Amino acid sequence: MKSTFQMDSQNTIHRKRLLLKIIGLLFFFFIFVLSGFLIGEEQIEANLSEKNLSPSLVHLFGTDWLGRDMFMRTLKGLNLSFQVGLLASSISAVLALTLSLLASKSRLLDYIVTILIDLFLSIPHLVALILIAFVLGGGIKGIVVGIALTHWPTLTRVLRAEIMQIKSAEYVQLSKKLGKSRMWIVKHHFIPHLIPQLFVGFVLLFPHAILHESAITFLGFGLSPEQPAIGIILSESMKYLSTGMWWLVLFPGISLIAMVAIFDALGNNLRKFINRE
Amino acid sequence: MQLTNIAKFILLRTMKFTILLFAVIALSFTLVSFSPVDPVQSYLGAEMMVVSEEQKEEIAEHFGVNEPKYKQFFNWMKMFLQGDLGTSLLYRQDVFSIIQEKFLASFALMAISWAVSGIFGYGLGVIAGMNKGTIIDRAIKFYCFTLASTPTFWIAILLLIVFSLWLGLYPIGLGTPIGMLAEEVTLLDRLKHILLPALTLSIIGVSNIALHTRQKVVEILDAEFIRFARAKGEEGILLFARHGFRNTLFPAISVHFTSFGELFGGVILAEQVFSYPGLGQAIVQAGLNSDVPLLLGIVVFSAFFVFVGNLLADLLYYIIYLRMKNGEMI
Repeated sequence: MKSTFQMDSQNTIHRKRLLLKIIGLLFFFFIFVLSGFLIGEEQIEANLSEKNLSPSLVHLFGTDWLGRDMFMRTLKGLNLSFQVGLLASSISAVLALTLSLLASKSRLLDYIVTILIDLFLSIPHLVALILIAFVLGGGIKGIVVGIALTHWPTLTRVLRAEIMQIKSAEYVQLSKKLGKSRMWIVKHHFIPHLIPQLFVGFVLLFPHAILHESAITFLGFGLSPEQPAIGIILSESMKYLSTGMWWLVLFPGISLIAMVAIFDALGNNLRKFINRE
Repeated sequence: MQLTNIAKFILLRTMKFTILLFAVIALSFTLVSFSPVDPVQSYLGAEMMVVSEEQKEEIAEHFGVNEPKYKQFFNWMKMFLQGDLGTSLLYRQDVFSIIQEKFLASFALMAISWAVSGIFGYGLGVIAGMNKGTIIDRAIKFYCFTLASTPTFWIAILLLIVFSLWLGLYPIGLGTPIGMLAEEVTLLDRLKHILLPALTLSIIGVSNIALHTRQKVVEILDAEFIRFARAKGEEGILLFARHGFRNTLFPAISVHFTSFGELFGGVILAEQVFSYPGLGQAIVQAGLNSDVPLLLGIVVFSAFFVFVGNLLADLLYYIIYLRMKNGEMI
């Protein structure tokens, strides 16, 4: 049998390790995504004297049929995906918070929110995205609205369950008995309790948002061809497949996976850290 | 007694779904009615310049485009209930028969990849769970987590490069060989064309089911009756086959049924890369070319498809629950 002291110190070590992991992942994330901001237009300009080069030290990811440096284009594309993901996930998170708070108000509202969740989960994400992108005429607006509207249900479910749990907690009941208004309880009890969950949910929404963004762009509903999004890069390189330029496909794809995986790991570690698992 | 319970369960679910489907239809219809696309223009296409204003007016009249939105919706609903989904602008064919034809091609693809990913995913999950904490477990977990962050279409392109371009083993795309009459296409030809898209979806589909099964196996191996069996000297594969197999198989199948939505999304991407003529390609074409009747038809169909998957999953759970309640073995 371990003493409580031993358990505690073990726990601290565990949490320190988690924190280190999170910091490391954040570091990777900054290098990866924010470097895209430093890349100007001139670095991804066409340069016909250097076209179709396979990867080398000068051009890490090679160049394409217009002589554009693929490494720079990929970084720029990841940066763009990140921005789209950030915007869409934020809207999704706000939607989820609003709806889950609404659901806690009355039985009827709860019922309506549950039906809305079921409704949005009953169509495959990609189908809903195609429908919304079609209605809004594609472009960045179509993607952001589409992703925001398809990704809130799972997070709303989590938040709704959380609220239900603390609603019956003693301190909330006490506040109620003391005559505090609903707004006061929401502001002082519900929201502080929900913020960690909301934040983790937000980070975990990111990978999905980015993957769906690249998929819908790849299908031709999303960003326009002159923007260097990963989906555009990959769908363009498909036309040049038969010329054997495999590097156009391989490296941008791996970079996208790396970014998504970093976000996923970040979200999962944050959840462990917050939930004290 | 049990049969009536199950029938009641299915009936209740179907009723709930009917309401939900109505909501899906109303929502999609509202969305589409906000679209800036002019139906007469997308119907006429390039002919727009030749057709006179009066004729355009007549076409609009014939379609009922000038009527108020709610009336259009009820017209569409009425036809939908009679099984008429309208005519596709792209294929100039009845939407229902297009969906039927395309779904058959997609169904073959989905069925193969669903079965393959299910079997492999379950197997990998069991192996990982049995060897929890070892390097095998870590490798499988790493594989699953990586796949969860991998875009389906990227895997598809990679497979295309390796198997079709470099090795030259498989055709580049399409559902049947080029330049061949439909009657001459053999089953083998079809199989060859379905192989790579099915492989793509199988590789991606393994992840979820494997992780879920691993979790279940770890839980089961910790249970009292397993420790008892271990104490009797049973171990390894035999122990699992006797005590763990049935307990983990049904939940795994159930979880796999709920993946129909993702499967449908994957099919859209895989079909696009391999130009496989199925439902996924049809919805992309419908969306890009403003073929509203076909788009709406496929949206409704996809909701139905997801519903069937979820119903089967819940039904399986319900049957297990009934049998457990009656103290029978699963």
